[in-house]
This record gives sequence, C-alpha cells and structure tokens, in this order.
Amino acid sequence: MAGMSEAAGPEPAGPAKGQGRGGKSVLGSDEIRRALTRIGHEILERTDGARDVVLLGIQTRGVPLARRLAARLAETEGVHIPVGALDITLYRDDLRLRPTRTLGHTEIPDAGIDGMVVVLVDDVLYSGRTVRAALDALGDIGRPRAVQLAVLVDRGHRELPIRPDYVGKNLPTSKREAVKVLLTEIDGEDSVTLQVSRQASR
Amino acid sequence: MNRHLISAADLSLDDAVAILDTAEELARLAQRPIPKLPTLRGRTVVNLFYEDSTRTRISFEAAAKRLSADVINFSAKGSSVAKGESLKDTALTLQAMGADAVVIRHGASGAPYRLAGWVRGSVINAGDGTHEHPTQALLDAFTMRRRLGRLAGLRVTIVGDILHSRVARSNVWLLRTLGARVTLVAPPTLLPVAVGGWPCSVSYDFSTVLPDSDVVMMLRVQRERMSDAYFPSVREYSRRYGLDGDRMALLADHAIVMHPGPMNRGVEIAAEVADSPRSTIVEQVTNGVSVRMAVLYLLLGGSREPGDAPPAAAGLAAAGSGVAGSGVAGSGETL
Amino acid sequence: MIAGGHTQDRGRWLIRDARPLGGPPADILIDGTTIAAVVPSGEGGADLATGGGQLSVLDAGGLIALPGLVDLHTHLREPGREDAETVASGTAAAALGGYTAVHAMANTEPAADTAGVVEQVWRLGRQAGHCDVRPVGAVTAGLGGSQLAELGAMADSAAGVRVFSDDGRCVADATLMRRALEYVKAFDGVIAQHAQEPRLTSGAQVNEGEVSARLGLTGWPAVAEEAIVARDCLLAAHVGSAVHVCHVSTAGTVEIIRWAKSKGWQVTAEVTPHHLLLTDDLAAGYDPVFKVNPPLRTAADVAALRAGLADGTIDCVATDHAPHPAEAKETEWSQAAFGMTGLETALRVVHEAMVNTGLLDWSAVADRMSVRPAAIGRIGALATGLGDLRHGCPVAPGSSATLVLYDPEPITPVDPAGHASRSRNTPFAGMKLPGQVVATFLRGRPTVLGGRLAR
Repeated sequence: MAGMSEAAGPEPAGPAKGQGRGGKSVLGSDEIRRALTRIGHEILERTDGARDVVLLGIQTRGVPLARRLAARLAETEGVHIPVGALDITLYRDDLRLRPTRTLGHTEIPDAGIDGMVVVLVDDVLYSGRTVRAALDALGDIGRPRAVQLAVLVDRGHRELPIRPDYVGKNLPTSKREAVKVLLTEIDGEDSVTLQVSRQASR
Repeated sequence: MNRHLISAADLSLDDAVAILDTAEELARLAQRPIPKLPTLRGRTVVNLFYEDSTRTRISFEAAAKRLSADVINFSAKGSSVAKGESLKDTALTLQAMGADAVVIRHGASGAPYRLAGWVRGSVINAGDGTHEHPTQALLDAFTMRRRLGRLAGLRVTIVGDILHSRVARSNVWLLRTLGARVTLVAPPTLLPVAVGGWPCSVSYDFSTVLPDSDVVMMLRVQRERMSDAYFPSVREYSRRYGLDGDRMALLADHAIVMHPGPMNRGVEIAAEVADSPRSTIVEQVTNGVSVRMAVLYLLLGGSREPGDAPPAAAGLAAAGSGVAGSGVAGSGETL
Repeated sequence: MIAGGHTQDRGRWLIRDARPLGGPPADILIDGTTIAAVVPSGEGGADLATGGGQLSVLDAGGLIALPGLVDLHTHLREPGREDAETVASGTAAAALGGYTAVHAMANTEPAADTAGVVEQVWRLGRQAGHCDVRPVGAVTAGLGGSQLAELGAMADSAAGVRVFSDDGRCVADATLMRRALEYVKAFDGVIAQHAQEPRLTSGAQVNEGEVSARLGLTGWPAVAEEAIVARDCLLAAHVGSAVHVCHVSTAGTVEIIRWAKSKGWQVTAEVTPHHLLLTDDLAAGYDPVFKVNPPLRTAADVAALRAGLADGTIDCVATDHAPHPAEAKETEWSQAAFGMTGLETALRVVHEAMVNTGLLDWSAVADRMSVRPAAIGRIGALATGLGDLRHGCPVAPGSSATLVLYDPEPITPVDPAGHASRSRNTPFAGMKLPGQVVATFLRGRPTVLGGRLAR
C-alpha cells in the first residue's frame, strides 16, 4: 500500500518508505520487484521452461513471494506454474522451546508433487532449519523428482548443509542483527531492513 | 486457560476456534500418502480408560500415533484397578512412568480434576461420569462447521437423556461459546431440575422444533432408565422422541442429523435416518481423530511451562517471524 | 494469658477478669467441682480466694467465659472405625473445641443398639477423661430400619441413654418411627431423626440444583429432607412425644419447624456449623472434603438457617463431627465418604457466622451451644438425679464448674495438621477464622489449658 506512510499528521513509529520500522534499508520495493523478476527468469532457464515445476511458498512470507513469482511468469512468459503453500510448524525441530504455535495453512496444488520439481520459496534463508523441516514435510506428502530453493535474502550462518538455488540478495549479517522482511500482502508495504536485535536470533 | 482439557465450559471463544482451525489443517493430513507427523515424537500419551469404550480410545490412540507420540493403553478390566487400586495410586504410577498426557475416561464425574492434582502432565477428559466430554463437543462443532459453513447463529437441537448426558452438557456450553442457539428436547424426567438456568431453550415437543433446526443431534437412551421410571416404555419414548422417517421429512433441506454413537437403531433413531445423506455419523468418527490430534498438538506441541525454555530462546516469541493470526503464543499455557 | 499457678486436678481455681457470657469482667472462683463465687472484677474476688489451701490462678483478661459446650451429634467411630477416630482422640478434640459433653452417635461397628455397646462407649469416655460422653442409642436393630432396638435396656444401662438416633440412616418407615416416638415416652427419651427420604436420594451426591446439574452429580433434593421432617413433626404431635431434627439443612425445613413449634409441639432441631457458613458451589472442584450428608446447600438456605438459629426456631448447634481416614476422601467424589470433622472448629465458625454478623451475642451462643443442647440431651440444669454431671448451667455460684474460656481476638487460619482428631477432613482448612479456645474445665478440673490438652 504505497503512500500509507504519507498520511498527514505526526509520525512516531510509523514506517517511512524504505525504512521498515527503524534499521537500515537493504531492499526497497523496486529492488524486491527486480529480484523476483530475475529469480523467475532463472527458474525458467534452469528447469527447461518450468516444465513440471510446482512453486511452494513456505509460511508465512514465502507464500506471497511464491504467488508473485507465479503471477509474473504467467504475465510475462505465459507460463502457468501451479502454486501452493507449505506450513512447516509441525516439522520444526524447536517446538519444545516455545509455547505451542498456531498452525499455518498448507495447500498443495491438485497436480500434487510426485515426479515434479518443487521449488520452495521463502523470504529469508538463515540457519537452514526451516528448509530442513520443509524437506521432511515434502517427504510425507509425496516424492518430488527434485527440490530447489528460492529465497529473497540469504543472510548466511547456515547450521545445516543446505544451499539455495535462487537468491534475491546475498546479505552478510552478524548474529546480533535481525533481517526484517515486510510484504504488501501481509504488512502493507514491501521492504527488507536490517535491524540490531537484542537477543540471539533463531 | 490451563494445561488441561477437562471441561468445554472452560474454553473461551478463541480457544475453541483455535482447536477447530488446527483440526482443519490436520484433517488434510489424512489425505496424504504418509498421514503421519513427527511433531510429538518422544511424548508419551497414556489412555486411562476405566469405562469400556473402544471407539473413543482408538480415536485418541490414532490421533496420538499420527503425531508420532508413544501410546500406552491402560484399561480397567483385569488390571490393578480391578484389584482395587485407587485412582490416586494409579496416577502416581503414571506420573512415575513419565506420561506427558493422560487421556482419562471414568465413570465418576470430576475424576479428571482429581487426576490433575496428582500428575504433572496434561489431563484430557475423554468422558467423566455425567459431567462432560469436551472432545466430543469439539468434533461435533467441527462437523457442523464443515457441513454448514458456520457456527454462529446455527440452530442446534439436542434430543435425548439430557439429565445423564455428558455429551449434552459439553455441547450446550461449547455451542453457546461459539454463538450457536441450542434447544434441548426431552421428556421432563430426563431434564435436570435446574435446566432453566442453562443458556439454551427447552421443549417437550420434538416435532414442533424440527422445521427450525439446522442440526438435530440425537443422544443414546439407555433402556435401563425405564426401570427407574424415567419413561414408561421404550415404545412410548421412541414414539414421542425418536427420529424416524416422518420426523426427518419435517427438516429443512440443508439440515443435518448427528449422533455421538453408539446408536440404538430403532429407539432414538430409525435406520433410514442413520443411513441417510443427512447423517454425519460416520464423518463424526473421522473428524474425531482430527480434533483429538489438534487437542494433543495444542497441549503438548510446545514448551511445558514458561520455565521450560532456556532464557535465550524465550526471546523467540518477540523476534518471531511468520506466525500469522492471533495464535496461542505468549504465555506458557494452552487450552 | 496463663500466668503462674500449677496445674492441679482438683483444688481451687481463681479465674481472673473473665467475661461471663461476654458481659463485664468478673473473677470466678472454683472450689472443687463447683463454682463458689462470681464477683465483678475489682470488687474483691481475689480476697475470696485467701485461705482454704492450694490455689491456681488463671489470668483470663479479655476471655469470654461460657458454660461448657454440649454437642448433641458427634461420631466417635469407636468401636469399629478406630482408623478414623477413637473415643479418646475424639473427646480430646472435643475438649480443645470447648466441649464438656458430647453425644456419641450409634452408627459404630457394631452399632450401639444394645446396653453392652453403649456402656462400652460410656466407659471409654470416662477413662479418657477429656469430656463426658453420652452415648446415643440406635433406634432400630443394626440401624436396619425394620425392628426397634432395645431402647429400654439402653435407657436403664449405666450409660443412661436418652437420645436415640439411627443417624447416617433415616428411620423411613412411618410405622416404625411412630412406634419409636411412642416407646421412648416411658423414660423421657427423644428420637433424633436423620431426615432423608431414601428413594428420593438414591445415589445422591450433592444438593440438587444449579450446581449438581452443571457438575453431572446426582442431586439430593431439599424435599427429601422436608417431607420427612413434616411427617415426623406431625407424628410426634399425634402421639404426644418429642422429636429432634438432626442437621437441618434447608430453608424449607426451618419453616416447617417454625410452624410445628407454633403449634406447641415437642420439636427441637439442630444445625451444623458448616451449614451456617458453606454453600454447594464449593463442590465445583470436586474436592470431596466438601462432601457431606445432608449436603451443603445454597446461599438462601444458609441465610434461612442463620435466621432460624437466631430466632430460636433451631435450638442449637451440633457439629455432626464425622472423621474419615485420608483414603476415604482422596478419591473421586462419588466414591468418597460423606462427612466433615467439626469439634475443633465449631465455636470459631459460629463466632464468624453468627456473632460477627450480629445475629447472636455471646449469651445467645451459650444458649445455643450449651444450655439448649444440654436440655435436649436431658443433662441440663433442670435434669434430676444428675448432680454435678449436669451441663449448660449458668456461670454462677452453685453451678458445676464446667466451662470454657474463649479468646475472641485472634484471627488465624485453620490448620488440620494441628488437630487432635485422628482425621483431617475439615472443609475449613486454610480458612481464616476468629477466636481460640484457651481453657476448658470439666467439674473443676481443667481438660484444656493454654489452648492445649491438660493431660
């Protein structure tokens, strides 16, 4: 929702465009758009025209990203790729550390994933544990021919042997920092900012 | 909100909706080639059944196993209980075995409350005496929502031995919380003296309320009640309060017929009704597993108490990403 | 509070500055088994004590002096259930509660339905020495409800039984109740009825009402008590006998008794301390410490019972002290035993429910907890042939030196671990109640001093 930040009146904590809620801007909305466009083309290239590809966004913010990718490809290339959502809460390895989490919505397209190339889409790749959980989930849903990973931001600090196939931006960070992604569909604006966080992150 | 599920009356609207929404997600799992999740791996769920109930016990067992929990079944027959072991001693034994959750079905109203005082794990009430059966009410609500698309404003008629029914009680409290309108139908002998104070209407005339019902829930009537003068004969009961084909014809097209089971075909419900497309009796069983999975997940799928999490990780709640909606995070307690 | 003086079995006691019946301070001189003098403080009471041998002095400043309390309804459990209580432990609890006489109910094992058993209980009471034990005789053999017990033999025994009750069970058969009422006229006996219509209360667990409906527990309707009470009042009037109604618990029963008394019929009634304070919503957590027969009822019933006790429709407070071992209460509600202990908390609960609410003053407390129960038990001031074995006598010269000194000031939580009773099933555990019994005297001999048993 562009222009939201230009409402009249004082702006205490209100987000100014390009700044998220404090912190240093890493990607503005234009840059996000370009990154997604590029990723879309890369997917087409490496999967031979996206034959047998399924895009699965990882809840929560991976989902709108996956949908945007699919929409762009349909628009610009006339290629129609099935899109779905994957909630990995039930497969997390850190469930016992926090009170019970709400489940997100999982929706696998009717074509299923058997024999397909599943491209997982997420906003930030960090320790890799989320993707590991997603791989476990996929294993219980079916048997893809291959699984690839597309992320908007790779901030390093992998704790598992997982690497992305498509990256919007490589962003070296320290563990004391937090990468905050906002997306219009959920947060009303598009931005990626880097903030100092008081606690060690996940 | 505490760490047990003993009474539907204690569920807030948010709690109840969280369970139903979680069950909705988990229900899709049943479609998968591998309908199993690793979520409760390492947790132990004990089924402590003092009353025979294969159906409910199997439902809880399936729910726990689908979440990869370990299940231990403890049934009263031929066990130490039959030899006179007290509930307290049984509880202490389970405690020593490290049960994370105890699912208890017992003939005495209030037994789960006693148990909760003696075990550290979660207590899930699978039916206590004539008091409550909260997971039944939850799966009933889930079924109604799936079939009819909503719960608020739904007109639900519950028919049968209300006085002795834990299913009726749980349904009255839960449906009220969810915004439905409940009418109870029974002969006066089978209604509690104080039913006037309950959040529902009462009618002695079954046929009159049928056209205005979206849901008709039939409860099982025990023939033994006849010998205690609750009604003169099964025939008279069935004639006045049974759901037969003629009465079913009075229902609106969309109305559904429910029954918690087991049925007395020919007493409270005619065979043609039980087998009609309006009947949700079979899907109630399927939904029971999803709802019980949701309950187990919400009770056991997180940290046990606030003190469980190491201090650093406690901050995860603040740093959180991607947990949409209101959720149940925040305090260390669920349900 | 207690200053100086040696504890002595007999001899003389000077109790200084006590407040008899809550009135102005006075010195009470006890000589042997009798009260020798009661002199307003500062008017030379101490001088009366000079000479005459050994004297113990008890500084009772601020303490209220009442005639020793008399309980018409106690379960001492011996013979048969000594795991819950014995005559010795129960009477010790009684003395600590300010009681100098208790009527021990007959539902022991074996039941007290013969001269032999009642004499045994009476003797055990004398041996223990904490208070007088007046055994209650069963109305029917074995409490079976079908055949009269040997009421005459029990009356003629050394135990001198005058109160008969099947308490625990109701004498439901109308003919049997009629016969019992008629029979005891021969020796000035009284039938004490536990009013509970058995068919209306089959499997009953809690008061029938809003709480029972919600909790899924079988209800015990008020009408099951009221119907029997009405019948028995009418029967007693018809045959010209006396009936005593045990543990009145409903507003309806109070009205029926008020009506019966207005007719001049010989009807007396008692209420328990717990029915004056507690209501049925305490059952909500299914903790069986609140399970009792008759059950706790509603706030409206509590109000009616208080009003009834205040205006004398209900004659007295009786504890229905019902001790149970832990395993009988640490279980599911429907499996748990009915009953609450009460001897050690009774006076404090009455203080809270009736004195602090302005419904009774201390003189009226003396009437309801000592004078009238003694009269109903036929051991009161007007009883003949009992000498100084009488109770409920005025705190005045010539009376038996049987009294209790009570400190109304402290407010402390009830701690069952500190009780002398063998059992811990008190519904008041942890509740802050006023008052404390400081000393109890039985015919001039202290059974309790400084809040503890004297021997």
